[in-house]
Amino acid sequence: MSAPETMINELVTKAEVHDLNFYYGDFRALKGIAMPVHERRVTALIGPSGCGKSTFLRCFNRMHDLYPGNRYEGRIVLHPENTDLLAREVDPIEVRMRIGMVFQKPNPFPKTVFENVAYGLRVRGEGSRRRIEEKVEQALHDAALWDEVKDRLYQPAYNLSGGQQQRLCIARALATDPELLLFDEPTSALDPIATASIEELMHDLKQRVTILIVTHNMQQAARVSDFTAYMYLGELIEFGVTDDLFIKPKMKQTEDYITGRFG
Amino acid sequence: MSEHASKQYDLDLGSIRSRVLAMGGLVESQIRHALDALASGDVKLCEEVVAADHRVNAMEVALDGDCSQLIVRRQPAAGDLRMIFAITKTVTDLERIGDEAQKIARMAKNIQERGGGAYAQPMVQVRHAAEAAISMLQRTLDAFARLDVDTAREVIRDDAGVDTEFRSILRQLITFMMEDPRTISTALDIIWVAKAIERIGDHAKNMAEYVIYIVEGTDVRHTQAP
Repeated sequence: MSAPETMINELVTKAEVHDLNFYYGDFRALKGIAMPVHERRVTALIGPSGCGKSTFLRCFNRMHDLYPGNRYEGRIVLHPENTDLLAREVDPIEVRMRIGMVFQKPNPFPKTVFENVAYGLRVRGEGSRRRIEEKVEQALHDAALWDEVKDRLYQPAYNLSGGQQQRLCIARALATDPELLLFDEPTSALDPIATASIEELMHDLKQRVTILIVTHNMQQAARVSDFTAYMYLGELIEFGVTDDLFIKPKMKQTEDYITGRFG
Repeated sequence: MSEHASKQYDLDLGSIRSRVLAMGGLVESQIRHALDALASGDVKLCEEVVAADHRVNAMEVALDGDCSQLIVRRQPAAGDLRMIFAITKTVTDLERIGDEAQKIARMAKNIQERGGGAYAQPMVQVRHAAEAAISMLQRTLDAFARLDVDTAREVIRDDAGVDTEFRSILRQLITFMMEDPRTISTALDIIWVAKAIERIGDHAKNMAEYVIYIVEGTDVRHTQAP
């Protein structure tokens, strides 16, 4: 089944990747990637280990800036202002306020549940206690965690279960009202029930925010995403509507990968 | 298509595909026996065809079960998904063809028990239509085995010929019945046989459409140009 035409017609581009190359020192990890990221849709990045999908994801919030010798070429243009996220004059801290990230293993700070979510707001300079409380509660609601933690907001975040910790990390990312959320294998350390709740959450979140997800689990990509990009050896092999890509991919390489013929 | 990283996946899928072909072979022999019984008036053969239908049904159930297992265990995607999806539908059509063969055998027995009669001319035409339908079935099974869309498209086009033959048989038998009402019972039985043959052509056409779906990913059912 193809995506309904109305859905395609209503697409707004949130970000555009233009001829993106990325180098770890001399090693060229990304080769001329070009694709759109559609607003309020989930885009999945799939491909075998080492294909560059996580490297690609990390370009969006300038994670690679933390290490010397890394180099970007090309542009990632964020709409509507047409900001090139990779431009030197763009402050990576500012970028990360607009683009949140959730990692493979839940990584709450060694602080209380409340402080984990409030952290980004404080970094941003929010001084009003009342504003912070409102925002924290809202973010916890949005991450479908409020009911489970409302009575233990001031307990250490480490007391939560793995799935709850991951939703806490999502709440932390949501607190600063990001436009784009990056998920790097967000459920690979979780059991199937916790995985299902994160997937359900993604479905709700995309009403408001654009999501990019890297996943090794192709069924997950098929379940949660509207668009899928298949990458191999640093190249984008195929980008398309998820429904089409998993039933009738255009490229044989994609077919071989998603049917398990990848040798 | 190249091999899966999992050898067992290849074996499972290969086994399902070859059993679809075996089921096709059984169904084809059921039609042939039913037609031989119709031509020879061999009541025992009629009964054998009717009795053997349970084997066709059992293959349908077993293949559907294996397809469910493969879906659960492997979560097939892309070409594999289309293959499994098409197989479950193909198996349904094959089972229906088995039912049509059984119907022909029942009618053959009725006709014989009623004492046969002088129906040489329509019987020739029935045999002709049946050969066309059997050829469609054989070619669609070949197309499935070789994933050959050209043959599949040929089968789809040929269905119109079997439909035309059916209408011609019908007109001829209506004339018989109008001329001599004593022929009505047997003429109706022959019409049922012709209808069964026409349905076999339709099922073979469906199966050819699934072959195109497997290979090209396009659903050509209910369209003008396959």
